[in-house]
Amino acid sequence: MTEQTSPTPPKAHAASGQADKTSARSHPGPTPLDIAARAAAGSPAPAAPADAATQATAQGSASQGAPGQGAPGQGAPGQLEGQAKHAVPRPSAPPAQHSAQHQAPHPAAHQTPQQAAHGGGHSAPHAAKMKVTGAQALVLALEKVGADVVFGIPGGAVLPAYDPLLDSDKIRHILVRHEQGAGHAATGYAQATGRVGVCMATSGPGATNLVTPLADAYMDSVPVVAITGQVSTNLIGTDGFQEADISGITLPITKHNFLVTRPEDIARTIGEAFHLASTGRPGPVLVDIAKDAMQATTDFVWPVPFDLPGYHPVTRPHARQVREAAKMITEARKPVLYVGGGVIKADAAGELRRLAELTHIPVVTTLMARGAFPDSHDLHLGMPGMHGTVAAVGALQKADLIVALGARFDDRVTGRLDSFAPDAAIVHADIDPAEISKNRRADVPIVGDCKEVLTDLIAAVQQEQSAGRTGDTADWWAQLRGWRDTYPLGFDEPEDGSLAPQYVIERIGKLAGPDAVYVAGVGQHQMWAAQFVGYEHPRTFVNSGGAGTMGYAVPAAMGAKVGLPSTSVWAIDGDGCFQMTNQELATCSIEGIPVKVAIINNGNLGMVRQWQTLFYDQRYSNTSLGDKKTELRGTRVPDFVKLAEAYGCVGLRCERKEDVDAVIEQAMSINDRPVVIDFVVHHDAMVWPMVAAGTSNDDIKYARGLAPQWEADPE
Amino acid sequence: MTNHTLSVLVENKPAVLVRIAALFARRGFNIDSLAVGPTEHEEISRMTIVVNCEEHPLEQVTKQLNKLVNVLKIVELEPSQAVQRELVLIKIRADADTRSKVLETVELFRAHVVDVAVDAVTVEATGGSDKLEALVRVLEPFGIKELVQSGTIAVGRGGRSITDRTLRPLEKTA
Repeated sequence: MTEQTSPTPPKAHAASGQADKTSARSHPGPTPLDIAARAAAGSPAPAAPADAATQATAQGSASQGAPGQGAPGQGAPGQLEGQAKHAVPRPSAPPAQHSAQHQAPHPAAHQTPQQAAHGGGHSAPHAAKMKVTGAQALVLALEKVGADVVFGIPGGAVLPAYDPLLDSDKIRHILVRHEQGAGHAATGYAQATGRVGVCMATSGPGATNLVTPLADAYMDSVPVVAITGQVSTNLIGTDGFQEADISGITLPITKHNFLVTRPEDIARTIGEAFHLASTGRPGPVLVDIAKDAMQATTDFVWPVPFDLPGYHPVTRPHARQVREAAKMITEARKPVLYVGGGVIKADAAGELRRLAELTHIPVVTTLMARGAFPDSHDLHLGMPGMHGTVAAVGALQKADLIVALGARFDDRVTGRLDSFAPDAAIVHADIDPAEISKNRRADVPIVGDCKEVLTDLIAAVQQEQSAGRTGDTADWWAQLRGWRDTYPLGFDEPEDGSLAPQYVIERIGKLAGPDAVYVAGVGQHQMWAAQFVGYEHPRTFVNSGGAGTMGYAVPAAMGAKVGLPSTSVWAIDGDGCFQMTNQELATCSIEGIPVKVAIINNGNLGMVRQWQTLFYDQRYSNTSLGDKKTELRGTRVPDFVKLAEAYGCVGLRCERKEDVDAVIEQAMSINDRPVVIDFVVHHDAMVWPMVAAGTSNDDIKYARGLAPQWEADPE
Repeated sequence: MTNHTLSVLVENKPAVLVRIAALFARRGFNIDSLAVGPTEHEEISRMTIVVNCEEHPLEQVTKQLNKLVNVLKIVELEPSQAVQRELVLIKIRADADTRSKVLETVELFRAHVVDVAVDAVTVEATGGSDKLEALVRVLEPFGIKELVQSGTIAVGRGGRSITDRTLRPLEKTA
């Protein structure tokens, strides 16, 4: 039994009686909102949270000194201040205030970090305090934590929040057409930028429409803060109009949630929500605020100490575990780096590359980690799992050591768990101790942030190597190269001359290039997007992995484009997915968000049809979306070109291979409006390779009925 | 499968109980018994949760519990290193003929009579689950009209306190 680094291994507290969450933390003090200040300046938290001037100074200098703040690809942890725009302070107080407050001096709450640093903080003891409504406190707190975009829809209970929002010059509110769109847009924004995505909705149905995107963000550990209006406190629990217990409903699909009923709690709760969403294992946090709390008056105080005594994510890996892992890495003959989305979230792609090149260990990147390691890199074997490459799946199956980094041994990766990688020892590094040994027992568990784990691991491996212990992976590579060369990803062109969906997606990847961001829906097109685009950079492939949310692509692409306005953003969507959320094209048109949407239109729920073909005797129950009598390929109901035009987008259609490049280039030349391309493709294209659900990875097929020859090994 | 007793210190905030109960339900863990109450610090509540499961699921449930933001600390109490108690109230059929026999039995178990009526007595007993089960077995022949039992509460033996170190950060925040 190896040592367990989890903060609370049950046996450990049984033995000591004292192991607990607090034992793992390094700074037992309160957690004021100065994460960036501490991360950048390397200084401990200010001792007295009440000393606003001191803290403001610390934040200001840290923000100035923080490198690359607000830049795409910046990590979630330590992000909060980095996101803040250095906007000009507003000349007047928010409008709903009394005239007496208009005459009050500018509250420090409105100051930029620089101003605070340059002496604004010492003007008066009440500098950081001002009388505001709860709604104003909400908007001010959102500005303070650096939210620059909110996707949402107003409604009765959240109306008070929308009034001060109108005056905010730091926050852009984007009015979406459905709350689900707001949620996915916030997720897409967060996935593409690494910053916290924010969505807002009213009580009842507005809030319940956020349930799917919250569940989605929870499964993929995306930092999202959802703010919902709740009916007034006196109506809560009375089945009031548009009342829904949204904190109860979202309990199992949020990292944490809050019901706020007092105005004085609003600002702190927003700070806590952003802190929770963006640190540790990121995830969605919902803040439900009663309408009367937003209407009542309170003091706005900032910064405000958090009240999160039970929240202490561990980011520093245990040194002995890292040394043990390094030793195993250099001793292994058949090692694999199994890379998950955590590496992207930790902004650790550079460290991953250094470790891989240092050790010459093959890399596989999961669906959530596509882009964490360049597809063009010789050490990359591609994606593992149900639709992974033969080389990646085979590497995991035959490995003697799997180093899992920010991955969670999902069933789509492992196949039948009891036959997964039977000979492999497991090093499992993850920031969430509960992921370690959840599905597959780890021999060396490492709790920590992937960036720190990789940094330490590189140093430890270098130490091993300088002591003359270098691994030998030559035989292993001969075997892997054999699989890679014999079973490359590929596809057949349809015999009837119609368009192959894989070809379309491959060409989009080639022409739009590795600097574009690709956002996929869920299904066949998603898998082809993962297989054929070719990713070189982290955060360039955004998709719904864990939840598998159809309809994700259009709103998520919208969010990604808002976060990265100068980057080309392509939604690769299916005709089924597209029809679930395409109303957000109206938002894109009106708000000036020129996304490009490639509909892979096979007229079917393609992945389900594929399973019906393979496992249900080709009985196509309810998977055709077109009119079967008149339509051979794709669907024309709706006519996606006309629909696009109706939304104020450019609508294009492509049905022949020879037109594909031209239509993609035409789409790329249009940047003042969204573009929708209806790629009408063959309906029987299938995603290969495939490990059938519930079977062993050993039984992977690289085409229908064709299994790879593992025994062609040089061994 | 064996019983494990977890002492869980949580923030005394609304919906904490439902978060914990929901987590057990969602992850498929069975709660054998659960008792919640205040502690010596008003901002902290203490739950004693008895779960019946194997070692591996217990590790998983502990880790998942630890992820709840309102959970401050979890300690597994080994039966040999802890005092465990349950409380039971039993309403027993007892008329003039049987009352003295009932009272005799009650005395044997060091239980107390807390209410008397012409046709019944209500008895209060505390102890480990073995003792209480034995008491119930012995009283059954008289006729049990009503029985209500608390969840187990438990505290570790010796001078150490599990709340000591948990409270330090709370005091600083205050």
